[in-house]
Amino acid sequence: MSEFASGTLTAKNIHLSFGSNHVLRGIDLHVEKGTTASVIGPSGSGKSTLLRVMNRLIEPDQGDILLDGRSVLKDNPDELRRRIGMVFQQFNLFPHKTVAENISLALRKLRGMSKEQARNEALAQLDLVGLKHKADSRPANLSGGQQQRVAIARALAMKPEVMFFDEATSALDPELVKGVLALMTDLAKGGMTMVVVTHEMGFSRNVSDVVTFMDAGVVVESGPPEQLFTDPRTERLQGFLSDVL
Amino acid sequence: MDILNQLAETFFDWEAMGEVIPKMFAVGLPNTIVLAVVSGIIGTALGMLLALMGISRNAAARWVARIYTDILRGLPPVLTILVIGFGFGPIIRELTGSTSPYPMAIAALSLMSGAYIGEIFRSGIQSVDKGQLEATRALGFSYGSSMRLVVVPQGIRRVLPALVNQFIALIKESSLVFMLGLLATEREIFQIGKDAAANSGNLSPYVAAAIFYLALTIPLTHFVNWIDARMRAGRPEKKEPDEAAAVVGKGAQA
Repeated sequence: MSEFASGTLTAKNIHLSFGSNHVLRGIDLHVEKGTTASVIGPSGSGKSTLLRVMNRLIEPDQGDILLDGRSVLKDNPDELRRRIGMVFQQFNLFPHKTVAENISLALRKLRGMSKEQARNEALAQLDLVGLKHKADSRPANLSGGQQQRVAIARALAMKPEVMFFDEATSALDPELVKGVLALMTDLAKGGMTMVVVTHEMGFSRNVSDVVTFMDAGVVVESGPPEQLFTDPRTERLQGFLSDVL
Repeated sequence: MDILNQLAETFFDWEAMGEVIPKMFAVGLPNTIVLAVVSGIIGTALGMLLALMGISRNAAARWVARIYTDILRGLPPVLTILVIGFGFGPIIRELTGSTSPYPMAIAALSLMSGAYIGEIFRSGIQSVDKGQLEATRALGFSYGSSMRLVVVPQGIRRVLPALVNQFIALIKESSLVFMLGLLATEREIFQIGKDAAANSGNLSPYVAAAIFYLALTIPLTHFVNWIDARMRAGRPEKKEPDEAAAVVGKGAQA
């Protein structure tokens, strides 16, 4: 049983170029409802760009994106992004607002909640990530790990059908990584559909249902974690794993 | 000692100063403040419009803002005030019947400060990390709402010191409107001083005018420094109750 109203996300044959730089060269990715897909690969392989194309922060040149089997490319992109939560490497909390306001802003303006309703919902979300007592602090007075947990709460407050994590632990001090990964693991186990771009091989191996290895804008290998980590078939993945493990 | 006496008589003739000071309070000071505040407000609104045009995705809007800013920032204030005052004055007179150059003075000051304030706002908005726009859009806000709710407020906060500096410059530049030949009741600090100096053949009224300007600008300068320091250090964080309790506890033990 899922705690979330999760959806199934599919990207089909995604192409994207920045000028002459062909960043994504025909990417296919399928994330079944309630499962976690991790995307690994060297820097510059197009992983983060793929996330931004799938929630249409960047429009693809070619290909299709489906949510629950229906193409979303003709929808209003703002409405699509309300259905997909995203967590960033640099947290990107709003520094001029309190922690609670960071979460309640979208609830008030996009979900039409009253100030009080939105604050109560924000406090409930903060409670889930263990930071209710920081509701009236500014982000700058929180540790990196706490900021990232607030960012996760901010995304979850919109009741997304899918969550994207873009190297969510890469900017954290080593001792703070664990708490954020534990929270992400809870979400995965709770049945959230997640796409996780990560350098944390332990998380990728132990938590995700499917691992996708990208290099130079293509999917080189994809499959269950056991298979990719113990029996990589391509030389490129073998080389990558021997570099990072 | 002759030289010292002469200097004292020229610059610190208390009688000449005493005569001009009531008029400065009654006429000069209010006019300087009205000129600076009204053109400051119009200039800020114009500056925000120019800044948003300057970062717009529409190339025509960017060009209009660029050309306007380059011209108004590139001209000596004296020239702008004269050209706008004498150039547009007659047109306004025909349209409204008013012969007062006062509105033209405010228009010239507003147009000039708008160009500077536009650049201040633009640099502030552009200095906001791109991740802020991205995160706001990722929540489902449109580009316009993201700018209005998240990016622009942060950009403005950052340039508040520069904005107050611009307001100080505006107070000083308002002295230049004397060239438009203001009516007796419209005269600002500088012209009151200038008239009195011409009548008495003594420079002390200028010194009185200087004191009035400094009384306006020096507090503002220190206000800038205060905002600047506070923004650097951040707002002092409230101590959490348990931390405060811990301090009390240690005190009790000692």
